[in-house]
Amino acid sequence: MTDLLQQLINGLALGAIYALLALGYTMVYGVLRFINFAHGDVFMLGAFAGYYLAGPVSKVIPAESYLGGIVVLALAMGICALLGVIIELIAYRPLRSRPRLTVLITAIGVSLFIEYTCQHEKVFGASPRKFPDLIPNTTWDIGGVVVGSAQVIVLVTTVLLLIGLTLIVQRTKIGTAMRAVSFNPQAAALMGVNVNHIISFTFGLGSALAAAGGILFAMNYSSIDPLMGVQTGLKAFVAAVLGGIGNLPGAALGGLLLGVIETFAGGMKGISNYRDAIAFGILILILMFRPSGLLGKQQTEKV
Amino acid sequence: MKSGAKRWLTIVIVLIAIVSAFSGHFNRYYLGIGIDIGINIILAVSLNLIMGHTGQFSLGHAGFMAVGSYTAASFTIACAKHAPESAAPFLLLGGLIIGGLMAAICGLAVGVPTLRLRGDYLAIVTLGFGEIIRVIFQNMEAVGAASGLTGIPNYTNFFWAWAAAAITIYVVTSLVNSTYGRGFIAVHDDEVAASAMGINPTRYKVTAFVVGAFFAGIAGGLYAHHKTVLAPTGFDFMKSFEIVVMVILGGMGRTVGVIIAAILLTVLPEMLRPVAEYRMIIYSLLIIIIMMARPQGLFTLKRSKGANA
Repeated sequence: MTDLLQQLINGLALGAIYALLALGYTMVYGVLRFINFAHGDVFMLGAFAGYYLAGPVSKVIPAESYLGGIVVLALAMGICALLGVIIELIAYRPLRSRPRLTVLITAIGVSLFIEYTCQHEKVFGASPRKFPDLIPNTTWDIGGVVVGSAQVIVLVTTVLLLIGLTLIVQRTKIGTAMRAVSFNPQAAALMGVNVNHIISFTFGLGSALAAAGGILFAMNYSSIDPLMGVQTGLKAFVAAVLGGIGNLPGAALGGLLLGVIETFAGGMKGISNYRDAIAFGILILILMFRPSGLLGKQQTEKV
Repeated sequence: MKSGAKRWLTIVIVLIAIVSAFSGHFNRYYLGIGIDIGINIILAVSLNLIMGHTGQFSLGHAGFMAVGSYTAASFTIACAKHAPESAAPFLLLGGLIIGGLMAAICGLAVGVPTLRLRGDYLAIVTLGFGEIIRVIFQNMEAVGAASGLTGIPNYTNFFWAWAAAAITIYVVTSLVNSTYGRGFIAVHDDEVAASAMGINPTRYKVTAFVVGAFFAGIAGGLYAHHKTVLAPTGFDFMKSFEIVVMVILGGMGRTVGVIIAAILLTVLPEMLRPVAEYRMIIYSLLIIIIMMARPQGLFTLKRSKGANA
């Protein structure tokens, strides 16, 4: 029983990170209808931003304090939001009217460019690095279930960010505009919505969440490298499809589910080696039997 | 059109005949690159059938290549013990065909359920299948698991690689230019209109997928007997993407362009060796620039009407 609970908590902590990333995929898919392959790399850049910010911030605010952790997180989110906007502006905006396949391949190109540039020895280098402790590192033992402070922070931060995102999307003017653009860009433009601004905003918002995911991932696994976003990014995309792409609660649910399933599979003898294949197996099953995802609406195709 | 396919075949075969007659005197390094080019032409032309002619975006071509290479290598390793030295060409041929058939079966298994999906959904599912195939090989003890398969006999030579490339080009162009093959183009141009004309899009897509997978398997078999060592990590998403880039650079559906792109993209990394540390950065930048400047491919002079997918 304690084993199951332990796995569940580990799974939720992993799933929360998938959820943060999946939200970015789903939002971008909502407004632009393409898979932003570079999203996983923004996640990686977020973790590295945290790595480099931890030192300077600790000079002002004592290291390993909750306040310091929050400041690093907020700064990294800001930096990555800016990066996301820049990537969209340079690489995707000139291709706005092109076929989606062209944009998709460009996105893979951008992703490769970020990965290989960061692996260069003059940038980050290819070898993994140890991520500094941003918050006091304590563990609690609750009836045999071990919970680390990093895991608690991951879950709490994710919940807070999700509430914040829901408020932005549902309650603010710009959130309403976002929903309008994802519903019908032409009609939204006719209603006076500046579609390009909204797309930039969406990229910024998604990238900020990815950066938060990157730092939380690094806090939990304490090792970062320039390719950390590749597998995680693909799996987070699977989570977005699992929940129904374009659907925000769906992305969160898909992320949590995928994290829990993967952790349980990793703990089982016999299939633990196939852990990395499980996400894709789920993806294929979902697309075969429920292509619109768990919470997505079925869309009929018009000719 | 049909004479075009035959002309190409003849040119390539004459080239092979000339080169393989002198291959004993060649520098091994250049000969190795020549074999790599042949293998990459097979991969690019077979993916072009799926992507360019039929319009189905697949990011799992390396997975079929992996199936072909592991099957062919296991076959020749098992048989080489009992066969005399002179049987090598027959073993290779047998291995290639078995590997190709195995890959085709996988193509059928992947294609039937997934080809109902479109665009980037299909891309991500084929990518997923490629990854699953890789993870399976990574855990299969019989083929060396994560440490890879070693001790594969070095059977592939220039002649085999280019003969297989010529056959691939011939089969794919003849297929596309046949009456049956018009169906691929129809599915590519407008799926709904094609099915209104009595063409079954799923059947054509699956056919393209199976034929493409078969040749990818052959390329895999040649690759295995050329490198003599197989590692599952060599067949990841990056390898699939390399083949996709060849097809896009050459211009989707343009066989000649795709062949030129395959040659160029095999030679280019070798030429960039002096700036090895910047090689992949340049490569990825080139992809972005080409997609912005010439999304129709580098070697396409004029576009036929309606082929802008």
